[in-house]
Amino acid sequence: MKINLISLIVACIIGLPAGAGLAITRFPTKNIIVAISNALMSLPPVVVGLIVYLYLSRSGPLGWLELLYTPTAMIIAQVILVTPIITSLSCQIIEDLQEDYKEYFSSLVISPQKAIKAYIYDARYSLMTVVLAGFGRAISEVGAVIIVGGNIDHLTRVMTTSISLETSKGNLPLALALGLILLIISLSVNFLATFLKNSAKRKAYV
Amino acid sequence: MFKYIENTPIDLFPIKIEKLNYSSGNNQIITNANITIQSKGITVIMGPNGSGKSVLVRLLHGLLTPTTGYISYNNNSLDKSIRRRQAMVFQTPTLLRRTVLSNIAFADSINGKIDLAHCKILLNLLGLKSFQSYPAQLLSAGEKQRLALARALVLKPYILFLDEPTANLDPASIQLIEEIVQNANKSGVKIVFITHDIGQAKRIADDIIFLNKGEILEYTETNLFFQTPQTKETAAYLDGNIIL
Repeated sequence: MKINLISLIVACIIGLPAGAGLAITRFPTKNIIVAISNALMSLPPVVVGLIVYLYLSRSGPLGWLELLYTPTAMIIAQVILVTPIITSLSCQIIEDLQEDYKEYFSSLVISPQKAIKAYIYDARYSLMTVVLAGFGRAISEVGAVIIVGGNIDHLTRVMTTSISLETSKGNLPLALALGLILLIISLSVNFLATFLKNSAKRKAYV
Repeated sequence: MFKYIENTPIDLFPIKIEKLNYSSGNNQIITNANITIQSKGITVIMGPNGSGKSVLVRLLHGLLTPTTGYISYNNNSLDKSIRRRQAMVFQTPTLLRRTVLSNIAFADSINGKIDLAHCKILLNLLGLKSFQSYPAQLLSAGEKQRLALARALVLKPYILFLDEPTANLDPASIQLIEEIVQNANKSGVKIVFITHDIGQAKRIADDIIFLNKGEILEYTETNLFFQTPQTKETAAYLDGNIIL
């Protein structure tokens, strides 16, 4: 869970400003970048795991960092998977908000940095859905983390890789119990986000 | 007591519009506009729907770029430093998805530090003090427009553009906005105000620009404008006739 949360936070730190920046700027290759970002949302986790593995393995370009089979490697893989989701979806939400705000912001002559901060803040409740989508991707991910993490007990074993391992061992009751816990965590986070968003809607903050 | 303007305003006069044209696609919206605004009073822009009033104000505020021609303030071209000395109130104000106080505080933050006490004085002035923690989007139309005016005034602009700020408002809100605008002008803020309301123009205007089909047909003092209209289009507009 800690690995998932760190991955999500890093992906949000990169993805939210990137999405907002993409939404409010105009440049010739913007549509191509948006299309690439959208396409990256469906990156196959196993392929990402393999690429990160190749980079971090001893003979790879980043092998000297000795990160393979560590939680950091798992975070890197998950950040690669989650960031495009955060970037693309936040770009769409902020583009809609920009339609309302752009003339006022232009009148204020505010800097792009200040505008990005304001867009992210004012779209915060809508962006919760985006963060949830990223969280869903991170918490359910198994392919990439098992390749780069190695599923080492007490080091790189997470709930999804545990479920996978226990299933392969035939220990189905434990696998099911872990699956249930994962489901409860996921549902609780979703319920909390829905509650917050609905209360924000009543105040017209969405 | 709210200070509408800093003690040492920079001189932005005269405001010159020279050979100004603006087109969007195949539509010519402003045609060869040439005027020099010397007056530091309240300049009202009037004209029928679609005459280009809002576009002219957006050009003056730098929200639109002229197709050809120039706008200058005290012989300086309209750049960011001049635009930061201006503020605009839109006909349909865009309020941030925040509380009333946060909306003003955000505008105040543009000039550096947020002075919350200053923001609250302004809210009080516009009768919005009891709404300071209220979501801005849930205000009534009149309250939203008053908030938009407060948000513009917190910038301490030297020039304030208002695009039909009192359209569809109740008489009390109209009176309050007119009072604030007139007080701001007395303190040294130049006002450029678009309205269709002839009574309002008579009440507040020092001089009037009359536009029709993108052309400036008249720019004159208020009394002259109403007493001796110089064009048949102006006369027709003042008589309430549709200008063909």
